[in-house]
Amino acid sequence: MNALPHKVGAEAIAEKGWLAATKWLILRRASQIGILATFLVGPWLDLWIVKGNLNYSYTLGVLPLTDPYLLVQMLVAGQSPEQLAWIGVAIVVAFYLVVGGRGFCSWVCPVNLLTDAAHWLRTKIGIKGSAHLSRTTRYWMLGMTLVVAALSGTIAWEMLNPVSMLHRGLLYGIGFAWAVLLAVFLFDLFVMRHGFCGHLCPVGAFYSLIGRFSVMRVVLPARAACNDCMDCFAVCPEPQVIRPALRSIDGAAPIIMDANCTNCGRCIDVCSKDVFTFGARFTVPAPTSSPVSGSVQAAPK
Amino acid sequence: MNSETKSTETKPRGSARRQFLADTARMACGVGLLGLGVGLYARNATALPPAALRPPGALPESEFSAACIRCGMCVRDCPFDMLMLAKPEDPMATGTPYFVARQAPCEMCEHIPCVKACPTSALDHALTDITKAKMGLAVLVDHETCLNFLGLRCDICYRVCPLLDKAITLDPQTNTRTGVHTLFIPVVHSDACTGCGLCEKACPTEIAAIKVFPLYMAKGALSAHYRLGWVEKEKAGGSLVAPDGEHQYHMPEGLKYEYGKGLSVVPPGAAAPGAVPPAPTFKALQGDKL
Repeated sequence: MNALPHKVGAEAIAEKGWLAATKWLILRRASQIGILATFLVGPWLDLWIVKGNLNYSYTLGVLPLTDPYLLVQMLVAGQSPEQLAWIGVAIVVAFYLVVGGRGFCSWVCPVNLLTDAAHWLRTKIGIKGSAHLSRTTRYWMLGMTLVVAALSGTIAWEMLNPVSMLHRGLLYGIGFAWAVLLAVFLFDLFVMRHGFCGHLCPVGAFYSLIGRFSVMRVVLPARAACNDCMDCFAVCPEPQVIRPALRSIDGAAPIIMDANCTNCGRCIDVCSKDVFTFGARFTVPAPTSSPVSGSVQAAPK
Repeated sequence: MNSETKSTETKPRGSARRQFLADTARMACGVGLLGLGVGLYARNATALPPAALRPPGALPESEFSAACIRCGMCVRDCPFDMLMLAKPEDPMATGTPYFVARQAPCEMCEHIPCVKACPTSALDHALTDITKAKMGLAVLVDHETCLNFLGLRCDICYRVCPLLDKAITLDPQTNTRTGVHTLFIPVVHSDACTGCGLCEKACPTEIAAIKVFPLYMAKGALSAHYRLGWVEKEKAGGSLVAPDGEHQYHMPEGLKYEYGKGLSVVPPGAAAPGAVPPAPTFKALQGDKL
C-alpha cells in the first residue's frame, strides 16, 4: 500500500506455504464457481439439480430458496408470494444468520467474480486513483429501490440489477445485459476501487442487514501478534471493518462485528502471523488484554 | 469568557452538522435521481408489447411486474420450452416470462405446469382449468389475405384450435364475387378463446392473417350504462316497454296496406280503417309505462 515494493501476501506464503496462504481464496472460488456450475448443468447438460436462479430456486424438487431482498421488494410493491417462496426465504435468512449475511457476496454472488477480476486488473496495471463515495451509499440505494418499488408498483430494481442480470443471463440468455455488466466492470476498474460491491450494491446492503445478527465471524484470537504488515487491509474488500477489532478501538473485542464483513477469509490467508480465524460472535478468544503496541498507527481507508 | 468557550464549542459542532446535512442532501439527490430513472424506466416497461404474451394465469400487467420474481421456474417447467425471459433490450420488464405465438404457441397442457412452478401469485394458482386461461385474444386481423375470406377452404385456424367450434366458428356468407359460392368466415369468440396462439402459429400465409394480441389490445368494451334490449327482455321474462301499438299507414282513400299482404283496395262504402288516423300524441308514443 505504501510506495514500498511490497507484494501483498508474500510474507504469508513464505511463512505458511502457498496452499495455506491461499486456502480460503481457493475455497471461495470453488464455492462461487461450483454454485454457478450447479445451476448451469441444467440448461447446458440437461442435468436438473436446481431450477430457477438466485432470485428463487428449487433444488432437487425439495429445497426452495428465495432471495429475501426480492421478496421485500415484492411485498412493498403490493404482491405476495406462495407458500414455497415463504419457506425458501425462511431457509435463506436462517442460513445467512449463521454464516454471515454478506457471505452471499463473497461465496455465492457471480458479480463478485467480475468485480474481483476488475480489482485484480486495477492492481495489475497500477491504477491508483479512486473516486470517493461514502460506503453508506449502498443503504441509500437500498432505501431508494424500496421506495421506487412501492411508488411504481413494480420490482423496479430488477430492470437494472447486475446480480440477477448476470446470473439470469448465463442461465436464460444474456442479451444486452452484458453492457450493464461491462459497465460494472469498468466502473470498478477505472472509477472506483471496490466500487460496485463495496459502495453501491443494494443486494449486498440488504444481506449486511442480516449480517448484523449473524453468528459466524472473523475473530482475532492472536491480535497481539500483529506485526503491522497491513496485508489484511490491502486484500480486504471492506477494510474499514478490520480496524476496530484489530486495533482494539474503544476496547472492541477481537471479533469483526461490522455487518459489511463479507466473511471472504482473505485476511486469514494473507496474515503471516495467523491473527485471524473463523469463529462465532460469542467466541471469547484467549485473553489478549494488553493493547496492541502499534495501535496508534492509522489504517488506510 | 463564558460565551467565548461556548462559541468555540458550538462552532465545530455547527459546521459538522452543516457538513452532515450537505452530505445527506448530496446523497439523497444523487441516489434520488437514479431512483427516478429506474422508476420511470420500470413504469415504461409495464405495458406488454403486442407480440408478447404472458403464460397462462398471468395477473394483469400492472400487477404482474410486482408479483413476478423473475426466477424463470415457469420457463423450466414448460414441457414445450416455448417461454422466454425478457432480456434488457426487450420492451417489457426485464426477466419476466413471455412467449411469441407465431414462434411457439402455448400448447395448453392440462396440468398447467408453468402455473404450478410459479413461487408467487404472478401466475394465478387458482387457474386449474387451462380452457379458462386468458393469455390473449385471437383476432382475424387481415380480411384481405385470409384464405377463407378469399373463398378458399383453408380452415386451418379453425381446425387447430384446441377449443374446436367454441373459440373459432365458421360463419357461412355469400361469396358476392362469384355469386354462387359460400365464404366460410372464421369468427373468434372471446368468451372461449384462451389466446394460446395455435391459430396464429398455424396460419399458412406469409404473415399470419389471424393474430393473438394481449387482451387489453384485442378486446373492446361497451360503456357501463349500455343494456342489450334482448338480453334484458329475457332476464325480465317479457318486454320491459309498452307493447307496440298497431302500426297505422297513411294510405290514399280506397287503399289498404297490411303487413305481409301488401296493398289492397277497400270496397267503396266500407269504413276504411285508419284511412286518416289521428296523429299520435306524445303521450301515446311514450306508452303507458311512463
